Amino acid sequence: MREPRPTLLANARVLDPSSDMDGHGDLLIADGVIKDFAANLKSAGLPEGTEIVDCRGLIAVPGLVDMRAFIGEPGAEHRETLASASQAAAAGGVTTIICQPETDPIIDEPAIVDFVMRRARDTAIVNVHPMAALTKRLEGREMTEIGLLRAAGAVAFTDGTHSVGSAQVLRRALTYGRDFDALIVHHTEDKSLAGEGVMNEGELASRLGLAGIPKAAEAIMFERDVRLAAITRGRYHAASLTCAESLDVLRRAKEAGLSVTASASINHLTLNERDVVGYRTFFKLTPPLRAEDDRLALVQAVADGLIDVIVSDHDPQDVDVKRLPFSEAAFGAIGLETMLAAGLRLVNDGSLSLMALIRAMSTRPAELLGLPAGTLRLGQPADIALIAPDEAWILDAANLKSRCRNTPFDEAQFEGRVVRTLVAGRTVYEYV
Amino acid sequence: MTSNPTASFTLARRHLLGIEGLSPDEIVGLLDLAEEFVLLNRQVEKKRATLRGRTQINLFFEASTRTQSSFEIAGKRLGADVMNMSVGNSSVKKGETLIDTAATLNAMHPDVLIVRHSASGAAELLARKVDCAVVNAGDGAHEHPTQALLDALTIRRNKGRIQGLTVAICGDIIHSRVARSNILLLHALGAQVRVIAPPTLLPKDIERFGVEVHGDMKRGLADVDIVMMLRLQRERMNGSYVPSVKEYFHFWGLDEAKLRFARPDALVMHPGPMNRGVEIDSAVADGPQSLIREQVEMGVAVRMAVLDALSRNLPNA
Repeated sequence: MREPRPTLLANARVLDPSSDMDGHGDLLIADGVIKDFAANLKSAGLPEGTEIVDCRGLIAVPGLVDMRAFIGEPGAEHRETLASASQAAAAGGVTTIICQPETDPIIDEPAIVDFVMRRARDTAIVNVHPMAALTKRLEGREMTEIGLLRAAGAVAFTDGTHSVGSAQVLRRALTYGRDFDALIVHHTEDKSLAGEGVMNEGELASRLGLAGIPKAAEAIMFERDVRLAAITRGRYHAASLTCAESLDVLRRAKEAGLSVTASASINHLTLNERDVVGYRTFFKLTPPLRAEDDRLALVQAVADGLIDVIVSDHDPQDVDVKRLPFSEAAFGAIGLETMLAAGLRLVNDGSLSLMALIRAMSTRPAELLGLPAGTLRLGQPADIALIAPDEAWILDAANLKSRCRNTPFDEAQFEGRVVRTLVAGRTVYEYV
Repeated sequence: MTSNPTASFTLARRHLLGIEGLSPDEIVGLLDLAEEFVLLNRQVEKKRATLRGRTQINLFFEASTRTQSSFEIAGKRLGADVMNMSVGNSSVKKGETLIDTAATLNAMHPDVLIVRHSASGAAELLARKVDCAVVNAGDGAHEHPTQALLDALTIRRNKGRIQGLTVAICGDIIHSRVARSNILLLHALGAQVRVIAPPTLLPKDIERFGVEVHGDMKRGLADVDIVMMLRLQRERMNGSYVPSVKEYFHFWGLDEAKLRFARPDALVMHPGPMNRGVEIDSAVADGPQSLIREQVEMGVAVRMAVLDALSRNLPNA
């Protein structure tokens, strides 16, 4: 591929959480990196052939880094490929996808990490880094080759939507992974307590006649994990917290100085259990959507920096497994393409600053994973999302780039959209 | 005496998926209509032509002899061509069967589909996929509207009213669609509802349904007009929800001693099929206070009323 032309994002509002910067000016991109930023670069003379993009009214932010996306490649390409996921990501301002190891074969060997990275390099238009399995075959019994997988390019370790039931196994993985600086990402759900549950336990589940998953199933597992993090001093990250009870545990862990961090999914920040009324399976998620009180507590935790990361939890499922009675339908919703637009709802309603949103969607995950992303500092890769903050639009699922259409936001009204996405200085998406 | 149901009552809806959403007027309208079918059913000539030319399919994903035969008789007495489709629960992908079967049946132009399925919401899902009327004959732990209607009819005929009565629903509330539909209907018609069960068989936040919650039969049954017992399934008796049949019957099984806690004129109901010696003692089930057999009779009348009322909305009706 030819190197892209230099690009000048002229008269943009530039917002960069990595340097707490929110200012106006011209951002110059060349050789794939951020070259310069100043109030007026045009008068200073630009490199030959520079494309000038008029960004008046637009906001340039570091491209999003999505720490939790399930992609069907290898093994379930009918649901999603690295290529189709990357198209969806680009359209959503996501410039780095962290794909999950729940593939077929499972990403639990260095050769498969290598395969995914090569496939991504050849077919994807955004950066893709795999998380590797924490335990072999995701069975929760034996740890994977954490050192070799790390060396092969795995950015973190997780069993995806599987929880490690054995405290001993998780303890050893946290201990062993420490010297490899391995981040252990865990789905905090006690499976025996969650049982056959399909939605949040409570009055609504009782009325719908659906088996509930208590919040305690999450809090118990997370509390256990925090205690393991305390005795191992390993690097631990909760994959998707959903309720106020867990936030109390997280707060105590951070106050104790543990290396414990956490994500919340965009779904849990913008939807609640009432959305499943009518047995709407596109809102059947794991962990389940909780009550409105919990949603509000999660949003506040993002605003306070207690929750570090917002993930899309992108999980493509085709209609065959969704057009079923609720209890029999698959869990999961797609989200790469809508996470930013949905996040802007929280900015527009005043519950979150744009800085806090982009920090949680870009800067913090990049820091946790040690990636050169999530920043607009000079010399860093020019991974950028350009946002038109006032653009009102309605999502039509038929226009989504993902191979699956299981979005919880079909026909949702949004204010603010991504109009251009650049990866290493190259425009990979443009809204026309 | 010859009864000729006037059948002027119409439900302003295409399907009957649950008690939720029915107004008290609609419920009373159905009960009044059912009274006329009770009379009809006691005559020699029981046949009506309301559904002549119509096709009714009973689509049962869960086996249920009594509900299915009740709907079958109801349809036939109204003149419909009734077809029974019992789909076993053997297939792992039950839901696939549901949608696929719905599409297949829909192509045969039925007028009414009666559906029973083990998953909550299945009737609603099916109703969105077909062009005919759908009657929910029980979906998972969600609703069983015709059972609640027949229970209400039975109560009203014996007590003369529903308003102001105290009804205790006892047993496996958490898994019971009968309990949910009954709570909704009895509240709509102004009864007080209590639930009595071991705590493991109570759904979370059940008190928010506006019911009084009891764990103890003695206190729970005090001053009760109607005792509704629920079936406890075998697989839930041996340590998973309750320790044993013996312990369950000891504390929550309705025998004559426990029935004496209720009002002297209290009446006993059970949706069937009964587990004698588990949730109910034979002496009570077959005793003078039992309405259990009458419930079965009312079942046919109520289902005729539902089919009749819905049929008036069918195309070309």
